[in-house]
Amino acid sequence: MGMAIDRDDTQFHVLAVDDSLIDRKLIERLLKTSSFQVTAVDSGSKALEFLGLNNNDADDDEEDEQRDSNTESVSSDEDQDHQDLGLGVNLIITDYCMPGMTGYDLLKKIKKSSSFKDIPVVIMSSENIPSRISRCLEDGAEEFLLKPVQLSDVNKLRPHLVKGRSKDIDSSHKTTSTRLITSGN
Amino acid sequence: MDLAALKTQLKNFVQSMFEEGVLDNQFSQIQALQDSTNPNFVEEVITLFCNDAERIINEINRNLGYQNVDFSNLDSYVHQLKGSSSSIGANRLKLACANLRQASDERNKEGCLQAVQLITCEYCLLRRKFQALLHRGVLLSLRPTKNE
Repeated sequence: MGMAIDRDDTQFHVLAVDDSLIDRKLIERLLKTSSFQVTAVDSGSKALEFLGLNNNDADDDEEDEQRDSNTESVSSDEDQDHQDLGLGVNLIITDYCMPGMTGYDLLKKIKKSSSFKDIPVVIMSSENIPSRISRCLEDGAEEFLLKPVQLSDVNKLRPHLVKGRSKDIDSSHKTTSTRLITSGN
Repeated sequence: MDLAALKTQLKNFVQSMFEEGVLDNQFSQIQALQDSTNPNFVEEVITLFCNDAERIINEINRNLGYQNVDFSNLDSYVHQLKGSSSSIGANRLKLACANLRQASDERNKEGCLQAVQLITCEYCLLRRKFQALLHRGVLLSLRPTKNE
């Protein structure tokens, strides 16, 4: 028996982070051309805000208790709550050099988060610095792309998203039956 | 001039920009992203780029106007301009930025001033050509096509 899952399964949602207006426009177009749903923000802190993570807390367990209880889900699975409120982000692509929080800082915060550590993170940079690249990859980035990013680079992202999605589906199956019975939809 | 001739003229104009090294392949990538769902994409990117570049060049000039130049601030601006130039495919402007980057790394104010002059030259050239490009593009979009 098929279980209905709330989000649109056919589209992956990418969160793009870049302080450059032009680069944001380009990456958004590249991603949309590849049939991804896109949210583009101009800083690491806005990215964390979008995900529902407090800037200062790397570990966001305390945030869950203060979470707005409008969500219909009665699941006790914290990951599922965050997935709903993080609006189903399947991949984060971020520039490295940004004022304030760098892309590397953002990567570290995401990887420290219990709810979001499994979201694949891709880093972009205009500078080809081997030590920078290996540090990002060692600390959890899936890919490191050199700017300007091309359509062929964006096509490389799909396998990472599919991998993330199947983890999503595994965890959502545990809670779906509860949600169907009790949600008011 | 008929539509086909206008299109050829436009294509030749862009081609000359490639040949002069004013633009590189990245600009072709941007052109390729324009389609019927985003018919003004190239124009939008060019407009964003020019506004941004002018803002940055003004800031760089302002920084260099101080007796004690804040070179790390300057570095940040050059990085931005180089990045934008690279993203739009503005090849010669990107190369001119490298000059400024070097002079800034060396904390060489005189060298920076010279490099900025070159950047300004390259930018003005590019902007003139972009304006001509957009002008022709507008002419094209104003003409009704049989397919509409």
